[in-house]
Amino acid sequence: MALSIDALVLARAQFAFTMSFHFVFPAFSIGLASYLMVLEALWLKIGTAVYLDLFKYWLKIFAVVFGMGVVSGIVMSYQFGTNWSVFSNKAGPIIGPLMAYEVLTAFFLEAGFLGVMLFGMNKVGKGLHFFATVMVALGTLISATWIISVNSWMQTPAGFAINTRGQFVPAGSWWPIIFNPSFPYRLLHTVIAAYLTTALVVGAVGAWHLLKDRLNPHARKMFSMAMWMVAIVAPLQIWAGDTQGLNTLKYQLVKVLAMEGDFDPSPSGAPLVLFGLPSNEDAQVHGRIEIPKLGSLILEHEPNKPLGGLKDYPRNRWPTVAVVFWSFRIMVGLGLAMLALGFWSLGARLRGRLYDSRLLHRAAFVMGPAGFFAVIAGWVTSEAGRQPYTVYGELLTADSLSPLAAPAVATSLAVFAVVYFTVFGIGAAYLIRMMAGLPTSQETEPPRIPQHAAGTTPAAAIDHDL
Amino acid sequence: MIYSADLCIVWVAIIAFAILAYVVMDGFDLGIGIIFPTLEIGAERDQAMNAIAPVWDGNETWLVLGGGALLAAFPLAYSIVLPATYPLMIAMLLGLVFRGVAFEFRWRDPHHRPYWDVAFALGSLIAAMAQGMTLGAILQGIHVVHDGYAGGWLDWLSPFTLLTGVAVVLGYALLGSTWLVWKTEGTGQTHARRLAFKLGLGTLVAMAAVSAATPYLHVAYWRRWFSMPNVLFTAQVPLLVIVTCALFVWSLRRGAERLPFLMALALFVLNFVGLEISVFPYLVPPDVTIWDAAAPAQSQRFMLFGVAVTLPLIIGYTTWAYWVFRGKVGAHGYH
Repeated sequence: MALSIDALVLARAQFAFTMSFHFVFPAFSIGLASYLMVLEALWLKIGTAVYLDLFKYWLKIFAVVFGMGVVSGIVMSYQFGTNWSVFSNKAGPIIGPLMAYEVLTAFFLEAGFLGVMLFGMNKVGKGLHFFATVMVALGTLISATWIISVNSWMQTPAGFAINTRGQFVPAGSWWPIIFNPSFPYRLLHTVIAAYLTTALVVGAVGAWHLLKDRLNPHARKMFSMAMWMVAIVAPLQIWAGDTQGLNTLKYQLVKVLAMEGDFDPSPSGAPLVLFGLPSNEDAQVHGRIEIPKLGSLILEHEPNKPLGGLKDYPRNRWPTVAVVFWSFRIMVGLGLAMLALGFWSLGARLRGRLYDSRLLHRAAFVMGPAGFFAVIAGWVTSEAGRQPYTVYGELLTADSLSPLAAPAVATSLAVFAVVYFTVFGIGAAYLIRMMAGLPTSQETEPPRIPQHAAGTTPAAAIDHDL
Repeated sequence: MIYSADLCIVWVAIIAFAILAYVVMDGFDLGIGIIFPTLEIGAERDQAMNAIAPVWDGNETWLVLGGGALLAAFPLAYSIVLPATYPLMIAMLLGLVFRGVAFEFRWRDPHHRPYWDVAFALGSLIAAMAQGMTLGAILQGIHVVHDGYAGGWLDWLSPFTLLTGVAVVLGYALLGSTWLVWKTEGTGQTHARRLAFKLGLGTLVAMAAVSAATPYLHVAYWRRWFSMPNVLFTAQVPLLVIVTCALFVWSLRRGAERLPFLMALALFVLNFVGLEISVFPYLVPPDVTIWDAAAPAQSQRFMLFGVAVTLPLIIGYTTWAYWVFRGKVGAHGYH
């Protein structure tokens, strides 16, 4: 029995590790694909070279990010089977088709048009190339839609029955399964997060170059576009997060109680615990700093409305409260910092100091990776808060595991760690190096590289042609 | 009856199509990775890389479709095969990580290009070997008790699986070299042509060895191939293999550019038919048939709708993408 517990812990660690690495890439590439679409559209409409320069600059970065997203994503699609085979067999009839739809409607679309987007600028007309870019951007969004639907179904399962073999099967229509109760909120919150993450990266790169040369037209353009995005999207994201929180309160009360650190029920209104050290064993938050009644005010919009506590539920159905509690605070803290950056940039813009305020540029630079941390923290809140279940309230994580030997999982986890840190670490270094360079200026139409009559645009061509 | 017999057959056909599409498409780009170390550093390697750079991602998507469709249509098979071949799957995935990032990384960092070329070659080799060994592991049978894998974590390792692994490596390398015959010119093409001869021979020997060994794995396989009247049908497969091989050699000798690749593809298709003859209707021999493993009809029907709508579109725009990058890849433009 000890052996199987070990395999469980190891398998969870492996999934969390590979998932966290993977999630960074789509969080960036979803936003970047849309940004590239906007840049190319502006270039086609307005014709200013700066948009084309920026398009080509970010396209190279997109190619690297997308490549890393693809390879780390294939790992995820097979890990359901290698490590969570019982879950796969039981939930396969529900989540399998949704993921198959993701492959059919999104992955092929992205992959099919990516080659043309990256290497085809001189092979097809401008309009067709723009179409390819739009298809790739659309593909990333469709992909997000399906996979969030799957994830949401695991959080708030609906529309299912259980057959004689213990499998989750559709009870009737697929509609309630796909549009399960938390899906719209989760999708909105995740896609906005991807846009915000990308805007912060683009903003940081713009800020870095502005700090070196505040007159650089490319740096100005990307900084300005990114700060508009942050200013508009950060408040939207906080609103979207709030609606998802209210949805979670309705369907996953235990998770909300863990996020809030509410071990004891609060019959006359729950406080808002700002900080503290939650402990599952002691069933309390040590050293808590709290504001009375505010918890109920935020969650129920009424200060005296009673709220339950974790102690209303059996202990073996609690998630690890400290993880959920703190990851949630990291996400919210970063979100508030993004909101502040957005307002600050708006103020600077109104006073005509957007390109001159070095303090703002420094802040934007520091905030560059904040989106990634917020996305991972939010993901941890959501997934660790779902524990001890894989399908919330229906299937325990402990009952989802493959019949695996612990040494096999331990070895694979160690190899994954070494390979991911090496490969993606080097990839990140390449990305940073690319971002440290400036976009190359092409005032006139780009000179076409010499080409063989019916030749393929060489991959190396994006190095100097773009 | 929670499953539908007809839908199951349709879904086996779809998954077989996805696996075949994957094997022939990613087969040639994995194959280029396998023969990569034999290519000369510089123009030859760059040409080879550019012959697949715009399409490899699409090719690999068929692997995700194969896995995804298996999970959706036959969840039990998915949940047995993957734990049973755990180390192979992990090795394949990590191999794909290395070779996948090499496509971009080798252009980003000329100083370390030799390292990424090694990563590309080794990753491709490991992925191909793992896929071949997985195939062998399924053929030799997987121990199942109560709908779950009941063997150890190294059960897949045997002389037979090593043989199937080598066979797939050689076969992919053959596809890769014939693709280069089609897409390149000059010394690169001459080189690829020479390789294709040797690899063709190697593939044939390996195929013969696998075919000879397979009927001895299970009596059922033996009966399938050699009992009357089956043999009248099954004997066509080796006959067609001989015809294909003759055409392959003839076309290479004549200096044809496309036919060698198409004949290598035909060889893979025939192999695939041969495998289906051996195992059908078993999905996980020797115990689990396609009907045992099937998802309920609602799931299969819902996905069938998606496949019917999207697959023609996918084939359409994938063909278009190949069309855009048709013709020879020049070595022009490298500086």
